[in-house]
Amino acid sequence: MPLPGKLIFALMLVAIFRILPVSAQPDAVYEKLTPAEDHLEEEFEAGKFVIEHVLDAYDWHIASLGDKHFSIPLPIILFSSNPELHEGKKLHVFMSSKFHHGHDDYKGFRISHTEEHNNKIVEVNEQGHEIGKPLDLSLTKSVAGAIVTSIVLLILVFAAVRGARRNSGRAPSGIQNLLEPVIVFIRDEIAKPSIGPHYKKFMAPLLTLFFFILLNNLLGLIPIFPFGANVTGNISVTLVLALFTFMVTTLRGNVNYWKEIFNPDVPTWLKFPIPLMPFLELTGMFTKPFVLMVRLFANMLAGHLIITVFISLIFIFSNLMGPAAGYGVSPVSIAFSVFIMLLDVLVSFIQAYVFTLLSAIYFGMATAEHH
Amino acid sequence: MELVSPNVGTIFWMIIVFGIVAFVLKKFAWKPILNALNEREESISSALNAAQEARKEMENLKAGNEELLAEARKEKELIMREAMALKENILAEAKEKADAETQRNIEYARQQIQNEKAKAINEMKKQMTELSFMIAEKVIRKEMADNKQHQAMVEKLIDEIKLN
Repeated sequence: MPLPGKLIFALMLVAIFRILPVSAQPDAVYEKLTPAEDHLEEEFEAGKFVIEHVLDAYDWHIASLGDKHFSIPLPIILFSSNPELHEGKKLHVFMSSKFHHGHDDYKGFRISHTEEHNNKIVEVNEQGHEIGKPLDLSLTKSVAGAIVTSIVLLILVFAAVRGARRNSGRAPSGIQNLLEPVIVFIRDEIAKPSIGPHYKKFMAPLLTLFFFILLNNLLGLIPIFPFGANVTGNISVTLVLALFTFMVTTLRGNVNYWKEIFNPDVPTWLKFPIPLMPFLELTGMFTKPFVLMVRLFANMLAGHLIITVFISLIFIFSNLMGPAAGYGVSPVSIAFSVFIMLLDVLVSFIQAYVFTLLSAIYFGMATAEHH
Repeated sequence: MELVSPNVGTIFWMIIVFGIVAFVLKKFAWKPILNALNEREESISSALNAAQEARKEMENLKAGNEELLAEARKEKELIMREAMALKENILAEAKEKADAETQRNIEYARQQIQNEKAKAINEMKKQMTELSFMIAEKVIRKEMADNKQHQAMVEKLIDEIKLN
């Protein structure tokens, strides 16, 4: 195993075995006994369990043992337009552990459990009524997951860069061997055919997109901290990725690209007096990245959802027909989960490929010469 | 609904995170990797080209060698043939010469024999003449002694000689 690989592995081990005990200490993570009435009637709600599993969260939940919840607190950053409710300050930065897993209010903020703002931070007035959402720039679980992925990605890529520098003109080695075939694939199978002769300008965005998406997809499947965050199954994340493609396309678009949008080669009555085609083309500019956003989001979300659903089948059955049924169903559940997990590995690659390919096609359209 | 509604905070942080990743990778990572890749591909393709060129050259060289060999073989054959012809010529000449020598020797011998023969015949003739003379003398002497007629004729002959 080459050095970077060892490093990553060691980091993973350290992350698992060091953070878990630390996080169990009361000052790092708050553990709370649920109130007695909740404790008595603890019905398993599959729908809530599944949705909460894929939703973004203010803290990173690792495990629950009985009534004890182990989770990593994440920073909460809020701008409020009502400073009088929050000790006279507009900007508030604190750790999510202050909310005690959503059970307590803090400085006039609360994690809402209402239908309208479920699981979002809301402002609370003196009477204890929720009066609306502050500007919420909290570093949530998805962002934390993306940061972890980014660190892994940078380690991997810079290991490859070091290999490229060291082995210049010679055979590749180590991590370089892992990344280079993929890079060659993106260059030869995606960039060159889709973009044409100007493909070199777009290699950096394409490679960044592909590796960022792929690594987020794959690490999202590893159910062990610090991985397993549902990053690419979060619509805000895919929105940013699609926005990136949109920005590159728009900023790199040449004269022909804009001419095709505002003055396409169609009969005049389609352009004048009602600019029908220009309107359609302009809409297309935005629907293309929108489709990218929804496709990646839906695919990755579905994978996470299905795995969680299969696991919750165990608890659904044990709730309905007693623990024996739960144990009986568990092999089937696990088999299906493993199958879906493997399918998701495939889907991770396919979605990263599709996103990159479509981005490359859009880049190619933006820089195509008139024909 | 919450699943599909984008969150401002997440978008804000993701723009920062992804922006930094994209910037750092573009600035420091992809260029060296792609350059190294291109360099290696170029060096491999140039090495392959060089190998092909070398193979072609080798083939040319081989063809040249074969040509040379064939020429050498041809030349050798020519030389051999010439040598053969020369040998035959020399042999024929030698034979001719030898024949001529023999002929001459034989001729010489024949002449010698002829000479010896002539000499011998001459000798014989001489001896025969002497013998005949001797015989004739003896006959004549005997005839003369006992015949007056013969004596008279001799005297007459002598007389005639004297007259001459």
